[in-house]
Amino acid sequence: MTQPIFAYITHKNGVADDSALELIVAAKKIDPSAPVTAIVCGDGAELDAVCTAMAAVYPEVWKVSSPALAYPNAEVVRGVLVNLLPAGAVTLAPHDTFGMDLSPGLSVKLNAAFVPDVVGIEGVDGVTLKAVRQEFGGQVSTHIHCDMASGVVLNIRSGVFQADDSKASGAVVDKSGQAGDCKAKRRFIEVVAAEVGDVDITKSDVLVSVGRGIEEQENISIAQELADAIGAVVSCSRPIVDAKWLEKARQVGTSGKTVKPKVYIALGISGSFQHMGGLKGNPFIVAINKNSKAPIFQVADIGVVLDLLEFVPELTEKIKEMK
Amino acid sequence: MEILVCVKRVPDTAENEIVVNGKGTDIERGDLVYSVNEWDNYAVEEAIQIRDRVGGSVTVVTVGDGDSEEILRREMAMGADKGILLSDDAFNGSDGRGIASILKSEIEKGKYDLILTGAQADDGAAQVGGMLAAMLDMPYASLVNKIETGSGNTIGIGREIEGGNQEMSEIDLPCVLSIQTGINEPRYVGIRGIRKVASVEIPVHGAGDLGIAAGSVGAAGAKVKRVDYFVPPAGEGAEILEGSSDEIAEKLIELLKSKGGIK
Repeated sequence: MTQPIFAYITHKNGVADDSALELIVAAKKIDPSAPVTAIVCGDGAELDAVCTAMAAVYPEVWKVSSPALAYPNAEVVRGVLVNLLPAGAVTLAPHDTFGMDLSPGLSVKLNAAFVPDVVGIEGVDGVTLKAVRQEFGGQVSTHIHCDMASGVVLNIRSGVFQADDSKASGAVVDKSGQAGDCKAKRRFIEVVAAEVGDVDITKSDVLVSVGRGIEEQENISIAQELADAIGAVVSCSRPIVDAKWLEKARQVGTSGKTVKPKVYIALGISGSFQHMGGLKGNPFIVAINKNSKAPIFQVADIGVVLDLLEFVPELTEKIKEMK
Repeated sequence: MEILVCVKRVPDTAENEIVVNGKGTDIERGDLVYSVNEWDNYAVEEAIQIRDRVGGSVTVVTVGDGDSEEILRREMAMGADKGILLSDDAFNGSDGRGIASILKSEIEKGKYDLILTGAQADDGAAQVGGMLAAMLDMPYASLVNKIETGSGNTIGIGREIEGGNQEMSEIDLPCVLSIQTGINEPRYVGIRGIRKVASVEIPVHGAGDLGIAAGSVGAAGAKVKRVDYFVPPAGEGAEILEGSSDEIAEKLIELLKSKGGIK
């Protein structure tokens, strides 16, 4: 394979995101011998710090500096990449809220194929890239064959490709002059920080977490009673917040809080990667879910395949009796 | 404001267990309950609220077969003014880009100020909105969880980003936005509402009507192909507790005690 490979590096406060070390591992699965170029857009000293760090990992780093890139606005970055990337480029980006904003449109502008949320790369056969994705909230997987003859943009799921000990003493090449005007029809204003709730779920060693399987708002009390009995705090997954049954500050996940409890009891949570992405520190996970196919059972330590609405009150009673 | 919302009929994963068929060519679809993609439903609700605030109309469009008409009617029962079904055998097997280019052809027949999609659907790809915007040369924002309409030719938007933070921007019209769940509370649609729109005519546009060349969409035009469905061999996975619910509860209490889960 002779197509050049690029990794788009996201960063904040002068520090590259974890995905920066994972994208080069994914790139080597496509072509172990291809030199991979990191592209870092930003401004000022923070940009320089990230470029220096990336040059220790990637054999070449393209630096793009502009005040318009001080905040990562995907509409601006997409225009920059269209100006910089050569025909047939293989471009990797993280499948996060930035990559989801950037990449689908980038693939169209580059006339390249697009494979979102890649969880596996099985290699290249001619111009066919073989990748693995998931559908239906992770309940089933699919093999994908992608025609990459005119290039491809891949959004890589975070945490799937484990960072290795890739080392380089790469050159930082300033590409700012070829970036174009850095103008877009969408202008960033500010980031509004998530509201602080009355309970800090990140401080609790034990979480009783509720998901869609709780079915009704009044059933939240079932989780609260278990939490009260064992000295835990109630947290939840996204659908519970969308339904406004619990406040946003109680949500575990990439779009909610990152928690590091010792014990995590998941009630009726299917276990999407966005939810599990907020659960760190390798807790002891108990999953109670009537759907034996729920992806949470792949990652949980202990599973109970029963209707939580019947089982959990019974469990709570037993714990109270025991005390 | 003229608003178009792109919707999709999908198996309702809250109602179904998804099982791969014997040959791995598809999931078992026989007993599945279908509904409108959850994200799309929030997009339609948002469109209706904007129309009710500033005037204009809401059109819902989908690419699908005859069965997809039911979800257009459902969204019309919510309050959308018009439905359009894009249907042709030549569309079968389209990848995300194929779907986006079919939608683009329909959009170019009309004049829309705002085009909404759901942030993602059953395949978790989150791609059609962004592709559509690029094809139409319109600005785009994904994962939108707030829309503020003003008077000028721009609107204010919030995007949901990591950690539950919200990224506020200003975006020029016309634009394409993908809508995140939780942006509003979609209204309930009763059987009476659906009856009221049961006889409204829904135009069906095929490849010929849209001027789409055969082979540019569908399986023939797809650069990205799904080869099979499979369930990965379970890793270690969870130890599933067996027995009566009473026995399971006792085992679980012992385990929780040993791990510091009961204080």
